[in-house]
Amino acid sequence: MSIFSKYEGLASALASVTAGGGRNPFDVVIEKPISSTVGLIEGRETLLFGTNNYLGLSQSPAAINAAVEAAKAYGVGTTGSRIANGTQGLHRQLEERLSAFFRRRHCMVFSTGYQANLGTISALAGKDDYLLLDADSHASIYDGSRLGHAQVIRFRHNDADDLHKRLRRLEGTPGSKLVVVEGIYSMMGDVVPMAEFAAVKRETGAWLLADEAHSVGVMGKHGRGVAEADGVEDDVDFVVGTFSKSLGTVGGYCVSNHAGLDLIRLCSRPYMFTASLPPEVIAATMAALTELENHPELRIRLMDNARRLHTGLQAAGLRTGPQASPVVSVILDDVAVAVAFWNRLLDLGVYVNLSLPPATPDQHPLLRTSVMATHTPAEIDRAVDIFATVAREMGISRAA
Amino acid sequence: MSETVASVSALIVKTLLANPKVPRDINGSSKIVEDLAFDSLAVMNFVMEIEDTLDVSVPLDRLADIRTIDDLAACIVSLKQAS
Ligand SMILES: Cc1ncc(COP(=O)(O)O)c(C=O)c1O
Repeated sequence: MSIFSKYEGLASALASVTAGGGRNPFDVVIEKPISSTVGLIEGRETLLFGTNNYLGLSQSPAAINAAVEAAKAYGVGTTGSRIANGTQGLHRQLEERLSAFFRRRHCMVFSTGYQANLGTISALAGKDDYLLLDADSHASIYDGSRLGHAQVIRFRHNDADDLHKRLRRLEGTPGSKLVVVEGIYSMMGDVVPMAEFAAVKRETGAWLLADEAHSVGVMGKHGRGVAEADGVEDDVDFVVGTFSKSLGTVGGYCVSNHAGLDLIRLCSRPYMFTASLPPEVIAATMAALTELENHPELRIRLMDNARRLHTGLQAAGLRTGPQASPVVSVILDDVAVAVAFWNRLLDLGVYVNLSLPPATPDQHPLLRTSVMATHTPAEIDRAVDIFATVAREMGISRAA
Repeated sequence: MSETVASVSALIVKTLLANPKVPRDINGSSKIVEDLAFDSLAVMNFVMEIEDTLDVSVPLDRLADIRTIDDLAACIVSLKQAS
């Protein structure tokens, strides 16, 4: 028996996705980015509507220059862990920059956002503690809960009353209760009602961690995320985030006013047992953060673009998520239809993410799009037109 | 509270049968994953419904040891007794 035989179901699911002669949606190659909004795919210039590069900063000239200069000055890697030889002056500088940006006293930088969730959640919630997770949490949050030893309880998605009920059941049980929510949920683009969760947290004495991966640089007057937008930053004990979306690079972080965060550096395995970020990435991230701070108009343009795409797709008779946010998902019923739709979009020059159950809420396949501040109105209109054309071809547009 | 494994098990079966996709011939010894063809997400979502009915939270790590409907009922009864 082969070591791979347990994946026979997976192999046949993949075979059925490509059966009609379509592409493997998990094997798309962007041969070369031409700008933040256009990439070369299958030799053709293709509109990118599925990158999470919300402010277009992966192509920021300031960030590129900073990376080049840092590589020349410091080399291209640290070859070590943050707690050994992998902390350079730049790592400290970046942590101080992030602390200042979030107005929080303490910051830990991780090598990816995935590790930031793994490393904070597994270390904060110990054996005698309780972890309360939103049912639609990102994989990195679920994986963090499995790496740690806390008891894990799920509450209904974005439902602060349901959380309250579950915390009430734990009343009198020893152990800290750590609640984890996301700012903007990555699959449907829906926003957490942070003020409601903050109220439950205050009332029950739980701790609150917010993964603002998709909302930093996107929401709040200064781009600090949903907690800022809702005016409840003091109630959020820990903010986790990533550099891989609005900041356009790679890496993750946790910021907090709790001094105990510095102890986590010595017990968080995803922080300790991996090499730290290379100098060029840190320099590019700091330059991108400066861009994010100095250009609030990018956030305004991003939200204008999000509304334009959301409205356009709805007008084309497609079913979308409830809110206009930088993640706009078209919800379909049937996996085969979603796969065919996705292939046709790419034929016609639009790249989006195909998201299939069980990675999606409610078992629906999604055409997940993400919008950028750097998309022009014409690019958005063109993408909407192509969506409308394919929907008509496939006979799935709801009567508008 | 006077729930027994048998009464909780009967309630779980009743809740499951409300879903038309579930086979009609299930009982307490039916295996949740194999006999009901539930994936891990479907199991977590269905447990959430039971939790509401019985006012109990089942930690996810406890689910790992559960194979049959009776196992789940026994786990819920022990959680209710502990609280
Ligand atoms: C909500 C959420 N948290 C964390 C991550 C992980 O971020 P990273 O890509 O930096 O590992 C992602 C992105 O995949 C995400 O969507």
